[in-house]
Amino acid sequence: MIEFQSVTKRYDDGTVAVDELDLTIDDGKITVLVGPSGCGKTTSLRMINRMVEASSGTILVDGADIRSQRPAALRRGIGYVIQNAGLFPHRTVLDNIATVPILLGTKKAAARRRAEELLDTVGLPRELAKRYPAQLSGGQQQRVGVARALAADPPVLLMDEPFSAVDPVVRDDLQEELLRLQSELGKTIVFVTHDIDEAIKLGDKVAVLRVGGKLAQYDTPATLLAKPVDDFVAGFVGRDRGYRALGFLSAHGVEVAPLSTLTLGEPAPVVTGWTVVVDERRRPLGWLSAKSTVEGEIRSADLVAGGSLYVADSTAAGSLRAALDSALSSPSGTGIAVDAEGAVVGGVTADSVLKVLDAARRSGEVPS
Amino acid sequence: MNWIIDHLPQLLSVSGEHLQLALVPVAVGLLLSLPLAWVANRWPVARAILVPVSALLYTIPSLALFVMMPLLLGTKVLDPINVQAALTIYTVALLVRAIADALAAVPESVIQAASAMGYRAVGRFFAVELPLAVPVLIAGVRVAAVSNISLVAVGQIIGVGGLGFFLLQGFQSSPPNYQEIVGGIVLIVVLALVVDGLLALAGRALAPWNRKAVSR
Repeated sequence: MIEFQSVTKRYDDGTVAVDELDLTIDDGKITVLVGPSGCGKTTSLRMINRMVEASSGTILVDGADIRSQRPAALRRGIGYVIQNAGLFPHRTVLDNIATVPILLGTKKAAARRRAEELLDTVGLPRELAKRYPAQLSGGQQQRVGVARALAADPPVLLMDEPFSAVDPVVRDDLQEELLRLQSELGKTIVFVTHDIDEAIKLGDKVAVLRVGGKLAQYDTPATLLAKPVDDFVAGFVGRDRGYRALGFLSAHGVEVAPLSTLTLGEPAPVVTGWTVVVDERRRPLGWLSAKSTVEGEIRSADLVAGGSLYVADSTAAGSLRAALDSALSSPSGTGIAVDAEGAVVGGVTADSVLKVLDAARRSGEVPS
Repeated sequence: MNWIIDHLPQLLSVSGEHLQLALVPVAVGLLLSLPLAWVANRWPVARAILVPVSALLYTIPSLALFVMMPLLLGTKVLDPINVQAALTIYTVALLVRAIADALAAVPESVIQAASAMGYRAVGRFFAVELPLAVPVLIAGVRVAAVSNISLVAVGQIIGVGGLGFFLLQGFQSSPPNYQEIVGGIVLIVVLALVVDGLLALAGRALAPWNRKAVSR
């Protein structure tokens, strides 16, 4: 557990970066510090491993004051991932990862063996072991950065905007990978970002900081979206927060109605409404418009592109957001529900989603 | 050619002496430059003093510096230390700035990462900052080595000049012995090229990351 007790950081010029911060960070969870630039989120993070020294107040890690240890020793026990990875350009991937174990006195050979295992852990092929950072893509560098932070198996991981410099697709991959890693490792992760979507996606709890280093709200993402404490948080969380809050509600109970389908290559019937066209394994290819005048076999060129798919697996129903989005993005107004294999199982409508939302609200499942 | 072939053993042994006169100052100069460059990189005030002073030192004509050395050091005129001390000054003048610039060019994010991994200042210097400065450092050492190899000959003015001996003797013969002069010049050039090439190879071996980074 990491505890901030009325921690203040005041610079020599009088600027207050962090103002009387009280915050308790839970073990084994991802806590995200988020806020606009100048809110002191990075400063707060860097005070944990004494890269920045607090002006007043106390920070405890597992009950011990961080000032009871020398900075270098403290830092070797805390993983750290920074923006652009900050890899050592003159060391191979393997030696970058082995840095902290070697500093801690592990023999080079043993540290390298451990580093090879970590390549697997972060999802990098072992062929990259002998490469230098400049020979890797941005996403690969960032994964090496995570592996390096994990190498000495520290209980705490500090991540300072680690994914902000990579393109959105790679960022999405890295976020998924982090969640997967975390489900296996259960580290105490403190994650700084300016991106509220990233905060809501990754955080078990999210601390929203306002300019001047004051804590505005500290809650679970669902509560943050449903009940922002003031206009600042509401504004920061964004206008479509009601919609995004649906991402935290299970679509269990959303009615999946039967949907008539046609297989590609079949002769087109006289259509009476929008019809889903599927391949031979019942995977959706697109829609045949209600106004379609196709005669003869249905070909790909006749189809209207479909919307997002709602995966309604029997074991893990998707979120209400996924269900609603499939309905809203579908040209027919009916979202396509598919099973884990991608085969069409039925259709969902916005109405059916709203009904479930209504029920959840009445049962108190939605914070209000 | 006859003169060169006749005097080959003598030329070779003087070449060895010439290299020693030129390269010992490179090594000593490098060792002196490292802490100075570290200081210059660490404190802006030190940099504001060290960099202009070293540039100034480099502008002193070699002839003048050689002649001054016995006076400054209190050594005998024919002591090889006179030449070596002067060349060490030139080496330091060249390298302090180059190394300080190379250290300043190490990305801040890399230094931050090294500190966050738990390196202390000294460990970080040798494990991260210095290795990253190697390509620039080697470039500086190559310039210093080649420059020193040519400057040694000037030392003949105070009686210690390695291969410069043949240049002066050839010139003072009557009539001038051009074979002797050309032989001395060629050997000096060959020595400079060989040393420069070896240092370039050493640089590649010491900084493999620098080479591979280019050929992604």
